[in-house]
Amino acid sequence: MSQTLTPPSPAAPAAAGAPARRTGRTPRGRTWVAAFFLLPALVLLGALVVYPIVWSVVRSLFGPDGFTHFVGLSNYTGVFTDHQTLVAIKNNAIWVVVAPVAATGLGLIFAVLTERIRWGTAFKLVVFMPMAISMLAAGIIFRLVYDQDPGKGVANAMVTGVHDTFFKASAYPGAHPRVAGPGSTLTGPVGGPYTGKAVSPGDGPAALALVGVQPGTLTGATQAAAPGSCPSGALCGTVWLDFQPGGGTPGKIDPGEKALAGVRVEAVRDGRVLATATAAEDGTFTLPASRIGTSPIRLRLPATNFTAQYAGVNWLGPTLVTWSIIGAYVWMWTGFAMVLIAAGLAGIPRELLEAARVDGAKEWQVFRRITVPLLAPVLGVVLVTLVINVLKIFDLVYVIAPGASQQDANVLALQLYLSSFGGGNDQGTGSALAVLLLALVAPAMFLNIKRFRQEKSR
Amino acid sequence: MNGRAAAALTAVTVLMIGAAGCGSSDKDTAGDPAATGAKGTSTLDLPRLDGQNLQVAGVWTGAEQKNFLKVLARFDKLTGARTTFVPTGDNVSTFVGSKIQGGSPPDVALLPQPGVLQQFAKAGWLKPLQPDVTKELDQNYSKVWRDLGTYKNTPYGVFFKVTNKSLFWYNTAAWEQAGLTTAPTTWDQLLKDGQTLSDSGTPPFSIGGGDGWVLTDWFENIYLSQTGPAMYDKLTKHQIKWTDPSVTKALTTLGRLFGRPDLIAGGTRGALQTDFPTSVDQVFAKPPKAALVYEGEFIATNITQETTAKVGTDAKVFPFPSVDGGEAPVLSSGDVAVALKDGKGAQALMRFLVSPEAAAIDVQQGGFLSPNKAVAFSDYRDDIVRDIAKNLIKAGDNIRVDMSDQAPAAFGGTKGQGEWKDLQDFLAKPSDVAGAQKQLEADAAKAFGKAG
Repeated sequence: MSQTLTPPSPAAPAAAGAPARRTGRTPRGRTWVAAFFLLPALVLLGALVVYPIVWSVVRSLFGPDGFTHFVGLSNYTGVFTDHQTLVAIKNNAIWVVVAPVAATGLGLIFAVLTERIRWGTAFKLVVFMPMAISMLAAGIIFRLVYDQDPGKGVANAMVTGVHDTFFKASAYPGAHPRVAGPGSTLTGPVGGPYTGKAVSPGDGPAALALVGVQPGTLTGATQAAAPGSCPSGALCGTVWLDFQPGGGTPGKIDPGEKALAGVRVEAVRDGRVLATATAAEDGTFTLPASRIGTSPIRLRLPATNFTAQYAGVNWLGPTLVTWSIIGAYVWMWTGFAMVLIAAGLAGIPRELLEAARVDGAKEWQVFRRITVPLLAPVLGVVLVTLVINVLKIFDLVYVIAPGASQQDANVLALQLYLSSFGGGNDQGTGSALAVLLLALVAPAMFLNIKRFRQEKSR
Repeated sequence: MNGRAAAALTAVTVLMIGAAGCGSSDKDTAGDPAATGAKGTSTLDLPRLDGQNLQVAGVWTGAEQKNFLKVLARFDKLTGARTTFVPTGDNVSTFVGSKIQGGSPPDVALLPQPGVLQQFAKAGWLKPLQPDVTKELDQNYSKVWRDLGTYKNTPYGVFFKVTNKSLFWYNTAAWEQAGLTTAPTTWDQLLKDGQTLSDSGTPPFSIGGGDGWVLTDWFENIYLSQTGPAMYDKLTKHQIKWTDPSVTKALTTLGRLFGRPDLIAGGTRGALQTDFPTSVDQVFAKPPKAALVYEGEFIATNITQETTAKVGTDAKVFPFPSVDGGEAPVLSSGDVAVALKDGKGAQALMRFLVSPEAAAIDVQQGGFLSPNKAVAFSDYRDDIVRDIAKNLIKAGDNIRVDMSDQAPAAFGGTKGQGEWKDLQDFLAKPSDVAGAQKQLEADAAKAFGKAG
């Protein structure tokens, strides 16, 4: 919000200075009075704005140990060669392009739509509400929203909810054969598929022992059993959880060991699936003689039996983290854009819209050709204000990005803080970054001031 | 860094509560049985300090602070001084620095890391220990603690409270479910037991990879055991490079665990988003999401405060196993008391803090390990802590202090930077040992170069 207040303040003394200049013909005493009244503002401005800027510029020419070590411009060259800072600059560019446009666009849509509905004000209130909380609080909220665990993070709760409606989760995520020892009859990469040794149809029952199923998940399952009778030429066997409290005997169906009903078993020869069977209630399966023939085959448990639960989107991982934080920012600042645009909207002469409609313009055309052009000055102000705000974004990134991806989410203001205080303890580089940031904000500031002037002169 | 670094926010809130509670605390604790119950008369020869006001600054909050107030109450009773504890918040350097510049430093400060002592001594803020304190120090403290409290051959610090960061805490139910009976004593055995736990259906390892300091502690334990204290000291001071073959070996060893997402609760991705408190909680949740969690004895506090598990029955502990035939590592860190004023009061308080009598008061409250060899093991409240303390004292001079705590903060103590970040990247991609080493060396060179 402060941005909406700051631009007028440099303008104000200038405006106040103008009459003083114009009244140059008036007696000298008047000038002194004017100067006297200006003094407090000038002193404050000097002490709080000009002095820190000058100090930062000077400080940026010195090394980390203070004013003892003059380094010239090497802090600046350091800034532009440092990998972390380059990432920060790149991210800042993404921020400046995406966040203000998204917030303004959404704000425009909300403002135009809510103008037409009865509960518009209530809706506006809700959209504006996030503005009432601090960036820090919003950051903490979104840290939770983006939590990886669907039980905590609402974003992943939605994603996994949708995903699981369309793709059935596997029955035994994480189940795997023993790595070695007597119970290990199957091999394969972690997560499957697991393949057994070559067996011939008619061989004794195949024991497909698996382990690694959470103890709580099999409470209703029945005791595993060896296949009762097996048709001649067919291949029978059992899929079961070869583990009971204390371990059990590996590779043997001990009393108390539960069947893994529903596991799909494939008979494979030369990479071709000949037959499939599904383990019954007691874990037994039969691969019919007619399909598998007589030469040796391999038994395979496809990976679909074991695919781990869908973990959702890695919102705060290295690739998405910046975009996720921009999402949080847009959530906060859309309300701001909406309220300003709504105010601008109220100032548009109704007759123009009516006239366009009478002339047969469709609603979309009215919006495109009348509303938006008339709103352009307001949109410009909102956009520029947001650009300035976004350039110095710090809190959201600092709070939301976890340590592991903080560098991937880095922005200039954060890098400034980190290099001068947060461990870096190099205020020379920090000051150089501050000057860079100032240089980036200045054009936007200038634009805003110019716009305010124009508006005044109108 | 240790657990309390994670509790930055809490520290701020408790700071206010603590400040409010300080004024009256002296009176509250004076009548406490625990404080007065310690030996009625003191063998210490402390001066009378009637009417003197002393200030002690430290990062401690909550129970840690409450227990320490009892130590101070005892000191007040013996000397007649009035001692107040001033919580510094998370950043001691900033707090003490501003106090010194303002001309009113506290009498004594408890610094959470040895590196801070060095920094303060270099700045000339500290007062050397008096002969009666150093005599006690020589008698009852291992060389490693004495050396860490010394700057340029002048002793400044007394380690009052220390941690033992070479512990695995396990969920006994999950452990029994898997049929395990004995604690692993070697790294290979640990991984094998991990496989057994995984077979039983409980993912074995809970790693708080979201907090970089947890990962640096993992690495340091392995490096210390595998390569030995001498090399450990060199790497700590960056006298050997992180591209050294010994680091390759340690990272490869660590990679045998980090490269097995099936042995890590939540897989690699989950671990990277798990902060330290959560990594403890998920081991002692019902049902458990993992069976084992590695860190220091301070995990006991997390278990007691955040879960329903009971330390000693549901939660037990075994020491970090030895790696490749080396000595089992004992990694530590501690709070070191230093005097910031020359007055009689400050020196008397140092004299008191170095004594076994002061340490015993805090030991009896629980959640406290003393490096003082003269503190009786029988003073520890339960077997778990007693064993941890024995383990620590027994290690003697083989104890090493957290490497990252001694490095410049930009390398060893900053979220998202330096060693923290590099090891997180290694956890994400354990196959790339060489890449991790290169990055570690680059960051270390930069940070050590600046600290000069």
